[in-house]
Amino acid sequence: MAVLSPTQPTHRRGSSEPRPTRRVGFSQRLGRWDVKVSPYLYISPFFILFALTGLFPLGYTAFVSMHEWNLLGGQGAFVGLQNYSDVLAQPMFWKTLVNTFSIFLLSTVPQVILAITIAALLDQNLRAATFWRMGVLIPYVVAPVAVSMIFGRMFADNYGLINELLGLVGIDPVGWHSDRLASHVAIATMVNFRWTGYNALIFLAAMQAVPRELYEAAVIDGAGRARQFFSVTVPQIRATIIFVVITSTIGGLQIFDEVRMYDPYGLGGPDRDWMTTVVYLYDVAWGNQKNFGRASAVAWLLFLLIIVIGMINFLITRRISTSGPKGPKVSRRHTRRLLAEARAGARAGAPATAAAPAAPRAAPPSFPPPDAHDQPTDPTNHREDRR
Amino acid sequence: MLNSTRPTRRARRAVAATAGVATLALALTACGGSGDSGDDASADGKITLTVATFNQFGYTDELLASYTEDHPNVTVKQVTAATSEDARNNLTTKLAAGGEGLADVEGIEVDWLPELMTYPDLFEDLTDSSLDGRWVDWKVQQATTPDGKLIGYGTDIGPEAICYRSDLFKKAGLPTDRKKVAELLGGDDATWQDYFDLGKKFVAKSDSAWFDGAVPTYQGMVNQLEGAYEDPATGEPKDLKTNQDVKDLYDQVLTASVDDDLSAGLEQWGEDWQAGFQNDAWATMLCPPWMTASIEQYAGGVDGWDVADVFPGGGGNWGGSFLTVPASGKNTAAAKELAAWLTSPETQEQAYKNANTFPSQLDAQASEAVQSSTNDFFNDAPVGPIFSTRAQAIEGAPFKGKNYFAIHQAVQNALNRVDLNGDDAEKSWQGALDEYASLGL
Repeated sequence: MAVLSPTQPTHRRGSSEPRPTRRVGFSQRLGRWDVKVSPYLYISPFFILFALTGLFPLGYTAFVSMHEWNLLGGQGAFVGLQNYSDVLAQPMFWKTLVNTFSIFLLSTVPQVILAITIAALLDQNLRAATFWRMGVLIPYVVAPVAVSMIFGRMFADNYGLINELLGLVGIDPVGWHSDRLASHVAIATMVNFRWTGYNALIFLAAMQAVPRELYEAAVIDGAGRARQFFSVTVPQIRATIIFVVITSTIGGLQIFDEVRMYDPYGLGGPDRDWMTTVVYLYDVAWGNQKNFGRASAVAWLLFLLIIVIGMINFLITRRISTSGPKGPKVSRRHTRRLLAEARAGARAGAPATAAAPAAPRAAPPSFPPPDAHDQPTDPTNHREDRR
Repeated sequence: MLNSTRPTRRARRAVAATAGVATLALALTACGGSGDSGDDASADGKITLTVATFNQFGYTDELLASYTEDHPNVTVKQVTAATSEDARNNLTTKLAAGGEGLADVEGIEVDWLPELMTYPDLFEDLTDSSLDGRWVDWKVQQATTPDGKLIGYGTDIGPEAICYRSDLFKKAGLPTDRKKVAELLGGDDATWQDYFDLGKKFVAKSDSAWFDGAVPTYQGMVNQLEGAYEDPATGEPKDLKTNQDVKDLYDQVLTASVDDDLSAGLEQWGEDWQAGFQNDAWATMLCPPWMTASIEQYAGGVDGWDVADVFPGGGGNWGGSFLTVPASGKNTAAAKELAAWLTSPETQEQAYKNANTFPSQLDAQASEAVQSSTNDFFNDAPVGPIFSTRAQAIEGAPFKGKNYFAIHQAVQNALNRVDLNGDDAEKSWQGALDEYASLGL
């Protein structure tokens, strides 16, 4: 910690103290450093913490995954990619991947659709709007373990509430713990219960920021409620949709608590019918095998998989939400080029005012950025920079 | 101050930033340095010893304070984990990290031993000839490594008896008296076949099942094999494919569970299993002393539970704990003395009174406190004498090597697939063989 750059300027300034003649030059240089270094310094706590708690474990996991490694025995021989090939050769690994995807699809897709619908409803002029908005957040406040315990009781096979209710309307009891798909639905239900309201609030915030003039214009053009939703709301909250889809993808591929609490052993049942890859990882590392090498390999495979899926997701969501009738829009690349040109111009024009390049970035996001004045007629450009 | 005469605004900002980073650095190093385990000897030679336990070991503050009366230089502090799984994760993780932050005396469960005994050097050797004959022999045997090192002193044990529902027995026309039930199940020569045969008679006349599930029943059976999954001499795993002993038990318990319909098909500790107590789902179960507490908890309001002094196939032990002394501790000699005191018959008698942990010490079992104890939920059954007899009936500790639980889990899963999900028994056995193969032993 002590070797961080900020200590340097302080030190130099300290040593320069007895020589007042150089003081002007130093304060100038200090000024430049201040402008250049300070912003990074201010955001550095996050990155330092991230390096300690995120980047280092990531690298160390890669290191462990190349070795034989027992939880108690510690580091063993270097085995290269052996752990990876071992894991890929395990039918259980592939089964857990299928489970993960099944649960992920059953949770994320309905969740996002439901959340956006709820948000659209909450975006209307409701009485006691705050009450309803807070109401959808309540499930999120409940601890996941508590949710899992309550749902576990409801989804019990023989004496569970849901099967009792199904029995009342004459439907045969569902084997929530013996049928593979049924168990996935049950777990996805817990995930949806917890996260739908949270996502709805994020969507709602984005919807509130959509300029009301667009709706007025749409109404004048004769658009109905549904048309307004699909042609104005959805394209306008595109960025938020991408955000929510990516975060719920990452969450969906890491479902753990719900599975751990779903049955007494928490390992996905006798046939591993609802064991997700993260639970598999846990079992390999802390279960009977205590094989950290293989578990780290699973962790890395999962990490790579999440990146790949995140990318696919990003591309699909981008395509879906940019298509549809829209006014002319300026691409992000175009905006970025304009920004760069403006910056270059500023630097060439006034080298003395070193603070100038930082100005566009420092501008509060809710105000139109300076370059928006170049195209005052284009509302989408404004939206582009709000992100 | 560096620039006290006229600090510019910028300079002040730089100072502020430096201060901010310094604070962060301080906070981070403070986090790293907080591994205070409280066992440092202070100047006057007084030490504090920590005892890490989980669930209920029965050590009250008064009990621990009485140790200080005899040993004025020692203060004993207890740390209790909520569940044994928490305690296990804590122990293994810290052992893996070199022992920093471990308690001086760590409580462990018998099931953790196969894994911990692979690394006996992490624990102090507690062998002490003056303590010979304190415990039932098989309890000492459980915690002794092949080369004769004792890594834990026994606290409680789980000698199994048969708990049964006398009211359901009555409805099915069976005797209800616990002595008669024990005789009916075969008395001292009871076999598993006797147990299942009586079950067939029972289910013919009752809506309830005979036992809760195939896995707990199998657990009682497999614990009577000398070396179920591994060769006791070498510790090498036996190939499950050719392990006829295990396959025979598998077939026997599934024939009883599924073909004869004796099993309620419930997974122990699951929601349905817990609810099953209130729904008369089954009439008997294998029960160690600690299980009586669970039965009472889930079956509150249900009359008719009783304990029969009998166990098929001889005796059987399920569960029980030990106190170990991690080698990384600073006061291992004092910790060893404390562990010996905590596991003395006198202390365990107290612990039995406090938390009903059935003592592994012969003198404690013979003590008045244990011999006179009854359980009013179980129709005032004399549980003390019953479980003492059950403890004597156990002949030895089965060998459990480091792969025991991995293989056991494969068989358990196979049993559950048939018993809970209704899969075909042979197909499910094949699944167990695949799972065994994937362990790469």
